[in-house]
Amino acid sequence: MNTMLLVALQLLAFLLAPPLLLGVIGRVKARVAGRTGPPLLQPWRDLLRLVGKGAVYSRTTTWVFRAGPVVGLAAVLAAGLLVPLGGPTSIVSFAGDFALLAALLGLARFVTVVAALDTGSSFEGMGAAREVSFSALAEPALFLGFVSLVRSTGGLDLTHLLGDGLAAAWRTDGPALLLVALSIFVVALAENARIPVDDPATHLELTMIHEVMVLDHSGPDFALIQYGAALKLYLFGALVVKLALGARFQEPLAAFAAFAAGQVAFAVAIGLVESTMARLRLTRVPQLLVGASVLSGFALVLLLR
Amino acid sequence: MSGWTDLLFILVLVIDLFVLASSRLRTGIRAVAAQGGLLALLPVVLADAATATGHVAVLALGALAVKAVGIPWLLARATRESKVERELFPLVSFVASLALGALGIIAAVWFSADLPLPIAGKNALLVPTSIGTVWCGLLLIVTRRKAVGQVLGFLVLENGVFVLGLLLSDFMPSMVEVGVLLDLFAAVFVMGLVMFDIQRTFSSLDTEKLSALKD
Repeated sequence: MNTMLLVALQLLAFLLAPPLLLGVIGRVKARVAGRTGPPLLQPWRDLLRLVGKGAVYSRTTTWVFRAGPVVGLAAVLAAGLLVPLGGPTSIVSFAGDFALLAALLGLARFVTVVAALDTGSSFEGMGAAREVSFSALAEPALFLGFVSLVRSTGGLDLTHLLGDGLAAAWRTDGPALLLVALSIFVVALAENARIPVDDPATHLELTMIHEVMVLDHSGPDFALIQYGAALKLYLFGALVVKLALGARFQEPLAAFAAFAAGQVAFAVAIGLVESTMARLRLTRVPQLLVGASVLSGFALVLLLR
Repeated sequence: MSGWTDLLFILVLVIDLFVLASSRLRTGIRAVAAQGGLLALLPVVLADAATATGHVAVLALGALAVKAVGIPWLLARATRESKVERELFPLVSFVASLALGALGIIAAVWFSADLPLPIAGKNALLVPTSIGTVWCGLLLIVTRRKAVGQVLGFLVLENGVFVLGLLLSDFMPSMVEVGVLLDLFAAVFVMGLVMFDIQRTFSSLDTEKLSALKD
């Protein structure tokens, strides 16, 4: 019974909290800039407003365009079942599930890209090209990080990699795990189109990456995309937070509270990065992502030593 | 404690990679200064009960004064006066040199397992850090066009040699080490003068222009 409740709490938080994370980032950015900033619930209000609107579809688009947001959100939701979201275990867990996690996130990206190409807009094609080339560079960093964790904890499923296996691992391989955490944080920034890679607030199609791909979506479709993006941010936050926390809290509720606090800290960290850094030139982005891969690879070498 | 020492070595290597990837000379100088600071910590952290406290203090303070403060200050002044901001087109692109540096470090970690030390009980990361840092410094010297970048490479290389020198610090009199640091300082001083001359003759610090000299 207790486990059921915990799982329900975990799922409920996964469904409700992600837009609040965006709200925290917005608040931090506003505070650093000396403004009050929008209320924390603003992302939720935006989503509800979008759901109430009608959708406009271009006559050149096909079913691919309409399927994009739905399949994308479904893939991210399914990915959420694989990640331990503050509870003792993830909801679905099997050996090698981290590969499925990357595959589901890749599927979400694929349908978004295909939907963008379906519109026939040249801007969206450009955004799609950038999105896939950058994520192709981010994926090695993520996988090398996972392989380092596998090597360090000796498990093959995310529950073990990011859970009880970490306590011993932090004691023996602390520096290497620190490198992995840093690398996954950079990947999180890149995958979620945050500032050093992409500016979520920009309005110039020539420099946008993620936002430009979804220009043609409107109303409920756009709400699904925004919600999916928030869920993805929450997932990456979960990876970073669980990795950084280790298995420090045994009591389930305390562990969940620590997880929630960690997610807020993750959002604050992103807000601070966004306030203090400028967006990198497009030609410099691969350098950042290769750097992240190098950090993960270096961690792996240290663990293999 | 050994976890923290490992972290120091790893940070030294990460700074190598950072310098390889950064195009702004000022950022590079700051990173090398930070590396010098970390190196100054190393003799203190590695010291055990048997080593003389005075010796360690001289080594640490000397490294701190020369590597973390003196030379970076000289270089920062040189860049400020010559108004060079960044390395634009290195001979090998930043991404490629980052990858090469990483490969070198990985190879260093790999091969150092087969290089048994004559002195037992030293940190296992000492040799790979040293070899990897020397490799990154060499890469910087060879691939950068601006004279300041090459001097940075020389400093990184020297830092690698310093790490290896820590192996022998139990046997070397501190006068020798002070002499080495003084040597380094003099070398960078001369390099500063040369940079000034290049700057005055070509009104640029691009060393490519040196090959255009004809008699």
